[in-house]
Amino acid sequence: MADIRNNFVGIKSPNPFWLASAPPTDKAYNVERAFKAGWGGVVWKTLGSEGPPVVNVNGPRYGAIWGADRRLLGLNNIELITDRPLQVNLQEMKQVKMNWPDRALVASIMVPCVEEEWRAILPLVEETGADGIELNFGCPHGMSERGMGSAVGQVPEYIEMVVRWCKQYTRMPVITKLTPNITDIRHPARAAKRGGTDAVSLINTINSITSVDLDNFAPMPTVGGKGSHGGYCGPAVKPIALNMVSEIARDAETHGLPISGIGGVTTWRDAAEFLALGAGNVQVCTAAMTYGFKIVQEMISGLSDWMDEKGHRSLDDICGRAVPNVTDWKYLNLNYVAKARIDQDACIKCGRCHIACEDTSHQAITSMVNGVRHFEVMEDECVGCNLCVNVCPVENCITMVGLEPGTLDQRTGKVVEPTYANWTTHPNNPMAQVAAE
Amino acid sequence: MHRLGSGIAGGRLAPAEYETNFSDLHPRFDKHEALVASDRCYFCHDAPCMTACPTEIDIPLFIRQISTANPLGAARTIFSQNILGGMCARVCPTETLCEQACVRNTAEDRPVDIGRLQRYATDIAMEQGRQFFHRAAETGKLIAVVGAGPAGLACAHRLAMNGHSVVIFDAREKAGGLNEYGIASYKAPNDFAQKEVDYLLAIGGIEIRNGMALGRDFSLQDLTTQYDAVFLGIGLAGVNGLGIEGEDLSGVEDAVDFIAALRQARDKAEVPIGRRVVVLGGGMTAIDAAIQAKLLGAEEVTICYRRGKEQMNASEFEQDLAASKGVTIRHWLAPKRILERDGAVAGIELEYTALRDGHLTGTGELGVIAADQIFKAIGQSFRASGLGALSMEKGRIVVDEHCRTSMDRVYAGGDCVNRGEDLTVSAVAHGRDAADAIHLAFASAGQPAVAVA
Repeated sequence: MADIRNNFVGIKSPNPFWLASAPPTDKAYNVERAFKAGWGGVVWKTLGSEGPPVVNVNGPRYGAIWGADRRLLGLNNIELITDRPLQVNLQEMKQVKMNWPDRALVASIMVPCVEEEWRAILPLVEETGADGIELNFGCPHGMSERGMGSAVGQVPEYIEMVVRWCKQYTRMPVITKLTPNITDIRHPARAAKRGGTDAVSLINTINSITSVDLDNFAPMPTVGGKGSHGGYCGPAVKPIALNMVSEIARDAETHGLPISGIGGVTTWRDAAEFLALGAGNVQVCTAAMTYGFKIVQEMISGLSDWMDEKGHRSLDDICGRAVPNVTDWKYLNLNYVAKARIDQDACIKCGRCHIACEDTSHQAITSMVNGVRHFEVMEDECVGCNLCVNVCPVENCITMVGLEPGTLDQRTGKVVEPTYANWTTHPNNPMAQVAAE
Repeated sequence: MHRLGSGIAGGRLAPAEYETNFSDLHPRFDKHEALVASDRCYFCHDAPCMTACPTEIDIPLFIRQISTANPLGAARTIFSQNILGGMCARVCPTETLCEQACVRNTAEDRPVDIGRLQRYATDIAMEQGRQFFHRAAETGKLIAVVGAGPAGLACAHRLAMNGHSVVIFDAREKAGGLNEYGIASYKAPNDFAQKEVDYLLAIGGIEIRNGMALGRDFSLQDLTTQYDAVFLGIGLAGVNGLGIEGEDLSGVEDAVDFIAALRQARDKAEVPIGRRVVVLGGGMTAIDAAIQAKLLGAEEVTICYRRGKEQMNASEFEQDLAASKGVTIRHWLAPKRILERDGAVAGIELEYTALRDGHLTGTGELGVIAADQIFKAIGQSFRASGLGALSMEKGRIVVDEHCRTSMDRVYAGGDCVNRGEDLTVSAVAHGRDAADAIHLAFASAGQPAVAVA
């Protein structure tokens, strides 16, 4: 049986599945239910300064996009940080941590970029027995207009400054939560590291308008006829999150910095992918908000069963394993040649591979052979682009098969070379690095 | 009348039972069901379902339109190929046409619900009275259409679209042909056939003259002299007989008459039905008659077919439907003699059959099934007069791929011709294509001669 216990910057939890700071972690009632369902930890919904709490809109807070069968693919929200008094949250956190000592409880915090504000709140949080803090530098709506959230996360100098204050005023581990609404995620990550952060977590939500109400010509969600951009999350953002996690994991400056992976984690497989790209654990929100807390049971058993099947004994066996295989485009092997192959027994003859290839790509798939509806790859035209694989409705019906070195690539008329060669030395590259004579 | 009373009688059931039994076979999809069903369509390239449809409706396109909340656009796509798409959605044997061709069958054994999706879209458009086609400028051409069934109606509509004027002659009281008189009641309740005729006629330029029978009230020659072109969509008016003893007994009826009477009956309780009913035949008519006999309260209904299950013309779906309603289907039984008691049917004597050297022969073994009503459903035949020297083949009018008959300016389509299956949807295709051919003939006749050398 695989050991999926998690130790993230010294914070221990029975599994690597934490609930992200969001509505599911806003109060004791929800968090107790989450722990009962099996979640390894929670990041309590973001606390603000003492005083009158923020207010939320009283109309719709969420927008969404859907796939087939109205499966929720992406969610957007314009909710702010907790709108409950700080003291209420602190009391509940303390009680919950006492009730569930084996689970991780991390406090998300967002106060103005003033040293006194941070110095004031940190001891209050520490007193609850919380295992750590997460600095919310990611929220892209509402709070950012007030100079907090992503407004901080978009300025590396501010990140470094605030992290430094936190490390100075608390003994708790500091996790810096990053916004994806920047051009290069490595800069804020490096800044957090310079400030002394124990870890980063990412991604927070992405600026978005999910849709437009075409009867009223207003963005959704619409509050009294107007809409505002909100934070986008859910399965649709996973590819963006995976890339950003890997960028930090393989950056020379931040390599080794613990990462809590966030962004569209819906199944055990998503979680395993984040771990493989360098995350030490994952945080989940949209999947829970879509299906309820029970989904963690699928995640726990799925991850554990997969690890057993593959012989991975602990999370350390997986974490970061895919990072060395993430490289720059210029280092990809141009001598590698693959061709699509269609399994005729699995083919249902929908013809989507053909029309996708015919209309939009390389005219490399037949639709008719000897007067019969038949879909087959023409290897002399196939560039191995993988589009047919992606549009085929039957899993594993079309696969990409790499040509063995020494075989003839019918498209180019050249024999596949056994050697590795990339763009940096390619003759067509005007910047090719030519060996010194 | 008691439920189990002997003889042939109406009122076997409580009023509420009639209501339930003759309500819609498949209630139409609501919006949610339509969206879920439409999600399953793969939007195939050169879609097999479309090829399998005799009217070649662009099925992937209309389903995609439904899935994007555009049912009216979907209806336009359907009606542009098949103006009787509403009825076809109800009566087409989709399980042997579009849905059989659906690629979803390959991996999941369950096709996209194409028929019900088509009904969803067409119902919405028809209920809103949305017309998608308008008459072109009047051409001054006048065409006679004989028969207001699916073929004649489709032909008339397409001709009207092209600006021609049409007079439809029909022998019966109402237009619609088999849609009105030949479809099982539970497949098109709520007077759908007449609503569809009204929807179709709304294009204008079409006049229907009911009670006008070819051969009695007018001849083909009358039409060819008075009209610019003629389309014959006269169906199969004859019914095959058994040619056995007792066929004339009271209680022996043609299934098509029973089905028609039931369709026209305002109160189904007034339609008399036997306690024990035997239906002879293996096609859709046999199934429709048998199921409805059961729905009227017959205690025992048995279909006897002289060949095996595989040879039945009724689709698998229809056979299963009959079985689910409590109809017994027996194979390899040929009628020998109808038995009498007190001047009425008492039963039927049948002989077991077998295939010997490819020929169907009686085995000599006999059996009797008690019955107080027998429906004959052993096929319809061509019956018409006043057609003059029109070329015929195996009892059907000979036409080419443009539905042209052997006579100049005379076209024909539907069940009465020697092309295609005897289906509503095939009839619609014929009528539409004949109209296009007529239009083209007018256009080319109007072209001035041009020197080509």
